[in-house]
Amino acid sequence: MLRLNGLSKTYADGTEALRDISLQVGKGEILALVGGSGCGKTTLLRLIAGLDVASAGAITVNGETIKGPHASIGIVFQEPRLLPWLTVAGNVGFGLADLAPQERQARILHALEKVGLAGYDQRWPRELSGGQQQRVAIARAFVTAPKVLLLDEPFSALDAFTRASLHDHLLLLWAETKPTVVMVTHDVEEAITLADRVVVMRPRPGRMMETISVTLDRPRDRLALGFDKAKRRILHALDRSLQPEKSAPAQKGADNASHWW
Amino acid sequence: MKGSRPSRSFALAGVLLPLLLAVLWEAAIRSGLAVGRLMPPPSTIGATLWELAKSGELQLHCLTTLGRVLAGFALGALLGTIIGAGAGALVVVRRLIDPTLQALRAVPSIAWVPLFILWMGIFETSKVALIAVGVFFPVYLGVAGAIEGIDRKLIEVGQVFRLNRWAMIHRVMLPAVLPAWIISLRSGLGLGFMFVVAAEFMGASEGLGFLLVDGQQMGKPAQILAAIITFAVLGKLADGVLVMISKPLLVWQDTARGAL
Repeated sequence: MLRLNGLSKTYADGTEALRDISLQVGKGEILALVGGSGCGKTTLLRLIAGLDVASAGAITVNGETIKGPHASIGIVFQEPRLLPWLTVAGNVGFGLADLAPQERQARILHALEKVGLAGYDQRWPRELSGGQQQRVAIARAFVTAPKVLLLDEPFSALDAFTRASLHDHLLLLWAETKPTVVMVTHDVEEAITLADRVVVMRPRPGRMMETISVTLDRPRDRLALGFDKAKRRILHALDRSLQPEKSAPAQKGADNASHWW
Repeated sequence: MKGSRPSRSFALAGVLLPLLLAVLWEAAIRSGLAVGRLMPPPSTIGATLWELAKSGELQLHCLTTLGRVLAGFALGALLGTIIGAGAGALVVVRRLIDPTLQALRAVPSIAWVPLFILWMGIFETSKVALIAVGVFFPVYLGVAGAIEGIDRKLIEVGQVFRLNRWAMIHRVMLPAVLPAWIISLRSGLGLGFMFVVAAEFMGASEGLGFLLVDGQQMGKPAQILAAIITFAVLGKLADGVLVMISKPLLVWQDTARGAL
């Protein structure tokens, strides 16, 4: 189980990216973070992945505090980030260097089959399309069987058809080991298709605003009634998150004061 | 297969121009339109090359020059790689040595000759040192620039998989700088061939540079041209060998094929 406790991040230049994020994500739960740009979604994932250090607060996985990149946390980035000098098999097995060659090979081939790229293991990344490359990246993250998997808008650069098929591949892999998934997306339908819970965030600084549970049965049908209802709720929350906040009276006072100077 | 066709015919096209010029010049001299005393016809140059080869002189000069280039190249490339890697990876090292090296780089190669002769004598050591200086700078610049320019995003992939320092270097950083390193080696080798002439001008009894000087002093333009042609062939061959060695290392590259 992933637990975030009062997580804040202020960058060295004073930009406050995240303020007081507290969140629990259960084992096997899929959580989607949605929100406008600048709401710190990617920063939050980078904190959990251990690529950045939080200014305050703590992250724990099954009670263990996360201080840096951790074996039980995997991530799929916005771009495939494949290593161009490794074959597809080499990329998928990048995190399996400690395994015996046969075991590694078996896991690689299995993961490639799951993402629909059986027979592509000896190809170079440059020979693959964007969607195929992203599938390799997903396989690379899953193959180490992480307890927590982070997805940072991994499908945002792909067309709608490719995206839908990748959703299926993702759910297929997820069903095998049932990791906890935290995904960032700006696509509300994607969030509802995949997630059990959707967290709407408010920008500048990034804060959690509203959490919406999606209880529809899987596989989810975009045309079902409940789907539309959930979508409307999320869109409504998103609208509110982007509206300017009623500014605090203290700030007004400061404005007035500046007149005197 | 279709793709290799045009490139092969283009390679032949490259031979056409020098061939045409050679034939025209030969014809001009045979027909008495030109004398060709200072610019001997191709047949004379060919004969000179043949004479030199028959006596074994050409092979001796080639081997001597190649040996100097290789020794200087090995030394310069090694130092350039090590110091370039240091400057690329560590800001402190870069701040300390890069300005000095950039200033030294601006010094013309010939300017080192008197100093190197004073320091190391007129024999092999000073020659190899001069060539090494020529090879060092492009390799240094190439390696330092490549390391500085490694994609942070790929480094993060290594971090996510918790590579230790050594694994990060040999699984991510080395392959990432390999293409730029090989290109810097190639330009280093090219400069090595330029510097070997400067080195052999400063007093050698063997080597293609000696053939050049000897041809000038003895008034044998055919010998000068023969040496120049040999230089061109040797340089191209050496570069070809380097490309051939590096090719299997770079099959993954997503670049315009053949442009390298």
